[in-house]
Amino acid sequence: MAFLEVKNLHVEIEGKKILNGLNLSVEKGKVVAIMGPNGSGKSTLAYVLAGKDDYKVTEGDVLLNGESILEMAPDERAAKGVFLAFQYPVEVPGVATMTFLRTALNAQRKTRGEAEFSTPEFMKLVRDTATHLGISQEMLRRAVNVGFSGGEKKRNEILQMAVLQPRLAVLDETDSGLDIDALKIVAEGVNRLRSPERSMIVITHYQRLLEFIVPDVVHVLAKGKVVKSGGKELALELEAKGYAQYAGEAA
Amino acid sequence: MPAVQETVEQVRRIDVDQYKYGFVTDIESEKAPKGLSEDTVRFISAKKNEPDWMLAWRLEAYRRWLTMREPTWARVDYPKIDYQDAYYYSAPKKKALASLDEVDPEILKTYEKLGIPLREQEILAGVVRPEGERRVAVDAVFDSVSVATTFKEELKRAGVIFMPMSEAIREHPELVKKYLGSVVPTSDNFFATLNSAVFSDGSFVYVPPGVRCPMELSTYFRINEANTGQFERTLIIADKGAYVSYLEGCTAPMRDENQLHAAVVELVAHDDAEIKYSTVQNWYPGDADGKGGIFNFVTKRGDCRGTRSKISWTQVETGSAITWKYPSCILRGDNSRGEFYSIAISNGHQQVDSGTKMLHLGKNTTSRIISKGIAAGKSNNTYRGLVTAHRKATNARNFTNCDSLLIGHDCGAHTVPYIEAKNSSAVFEHEATTSKISEDMLFYCRQRGMSAEEATALVVNGFVKDVLQQLPMEFAVEAQKLISISLEGSVG
Repeated sequence: MAFLEVKNLHVEIEGKKILNGLNLSVEKGKVVAIMGPNGSGKSTLAYVLAGKDDYKVTEGDVLLNGESILEMAPDERAAKGVFLAFQYPVEVPGVATMTFLRTALNAQRKTRGEAEFSTPEFMKLVRDTATHLGISQEMLRRAVNVGFSGGEKKRNEILQMAVLQPRLAVLDETDSGLDIDALKIVAEGVNRLRSPERSMIVITHYQRLLEFIVPDVVHVLAKGKVVKSGGKELALELEAKGYAQYAGEAA
Repeated sequence: MPAVQETVEQVRRIDVDQYKYGFVTDIESEKAPKGLSEDTVRFISAKKNEPDWMLAWRLEAYRRWLTMREPTWARVDYPKIDYQDAYYYSAPKKKALASLDEVDPEILKTYEKLGIPLREQEILAGVVRPEGERRVAVDAVFDSVSVATTFKEELKRAGVIFMPMSEAIREHPELVKKYLGSVVPTSDNFFATLNSAVFSDGSFVYVPPGVRCPMELSTYFRINEANTGQFERTLIIADKGAYVSYLEGCTAPMRDENQLHAAVVELVAHDDAEIKYSTVQNWYPGDADGKGGIFNFVTKRGDCRGTRSKISWTQVETGSAITWKYPSCILRGDNSRGEFYSIAISNGHQQVDSGTKMLHLGKNTTSRIISKGIAAGKSNNTYRGLVTAHRKATNARNFTNCDSLLIGHDCGAHTVPYIEAKNSSAVFEHEATTSKISEDMLFYCRQRGMSAEEATALVVNGFVKDVLQQLPMEFAVEAQKLISISLEGSVG
């Protein structure tokens, strides 16, 4: 069985239907790209997987490792290994990035019944990871995302992912707002985290990101369901032809 | 931030009621007859074996009080207080005498439960004391009397006087006469005047010239008796070049009826002296429906009397049903400095109207105000501040920053700054923000694995960080825990 199974998922927000019977499976260790035009439901899928309020699941199920996660709180899901790299990372004033990371990691470990990390162990883990991502010590002392540039915010998301070591990482338009150099750093960070034990869903509007993070499978999302699936070449085809061809499909 | 973890565990241990200090100590007490009259004032004065001048001082205040009216300008709403329906003096029957051994064990148990180490011998013997841990001398006030003061001997060697006010009146009348009422005069305001008439105990501190007080001084206030008001009076004097850091903590049992607390604190800093005054106020705030709780009407004022003197107020206010409190600084000496750092948290039906006054009288005086108000539940939280520069206050400087954080939809935050400059060289800056803990922020934290409580604690601790840093270490940890406990149940 696939690590993540999304079955016939119907989701609405404030009475408006966004997902219309979406099916998706992600195998263990695979990287799946989800592409689609604006408003196709890409970000909704990311939020529903992570357990954000306001999204009402009216039908269907989401199984993680065979277990339904729809009734679980966001923190329970996180402890089970679900990680969302936000399209718009949130600022947390007054809370140092280092403190934030330690609180998060120890909270997850506690939920899983694991021992907390010792401070020196933890500091070393964060420093090593940060260096790879070009994140300075000074940035780790600054409040989470406060005053960070767009690129810094996205790198910070990948840093968190590297520290938390999720089993399912969902990257929501991680490429948006990044110039090519920043994009390369972020993609490298993500590639370093590819592992047979980790599944990834890479959500993007553009093919560009997929040049650097090469997916195993590409799905095209339109009007709340998967309308086409294929290999990495599907992304190139989309780049050439645009999304217009899918406009009528799901209607 | 391991303290956040601790906080969360602490919160989990609390079953139903958030207020863990709500127990009542069963102890026989001796009370003044109910109600307020000249006889009550005489009774209190006689109980304390006070000299005649003290009684005369009290009676004058009492007569003045009869002509005064309760102030109504604050943004608080409470039922009319019947001043004849309260006790103005209550003392545990077995009075503390020469040593701690004579203190009623029930009271010592109470303080133990509250986590206040009174037994200095235990502290001194301290089996395993963490490296660098500072000792704190404690004066404990139970209802109307001081029950124990620790480290007296060691302080005496340094020349520091730290004792209950009632003893100071007898042992150091010259100092008390000189300073009592010199910062908050008996005619100051309704509640301060009431306090002047009926105050029962409190702490007295005198630090002689050039002495740096060798340890933190601390007073722990506990209201135990029902229907009893607590009127403590604290007077701290730092003589030329002296330094002292003073902490106060407060708790009370949970009771359905309201209890009145009207304290007066006076600080005097002479040339080059510095006083740092920190409060962690956790009086009972009332239950979830707003029943019961302490009415806290407090007058705190510091006088930077000498040149280059400095007074700093730091407060963490989490308790009380009503808070009416404006720790202030009179910047009389040239180049003197006043500071006010405040965290005021309100939850449930609490009403807070608090802030500060910075009165710039001398030249080159500076002041800084950092206020963080956090409102949750159905509470109302008002910052009220006054900054003035008098005619002669050339180059007065003030910086004010007031931030409010709202948690939920039924609470309110208000900022009421008054600014008056009579000297054109004064520069006053005022910044204010109001924000809400957003769902997005909480979701972000929870997506990373934190529970709703952990996420709120983290966000709030971030919000109040600037002020927490001002507190002495051991109080900062305590305050951090308290903040999370106060906000328990305000999310999710």
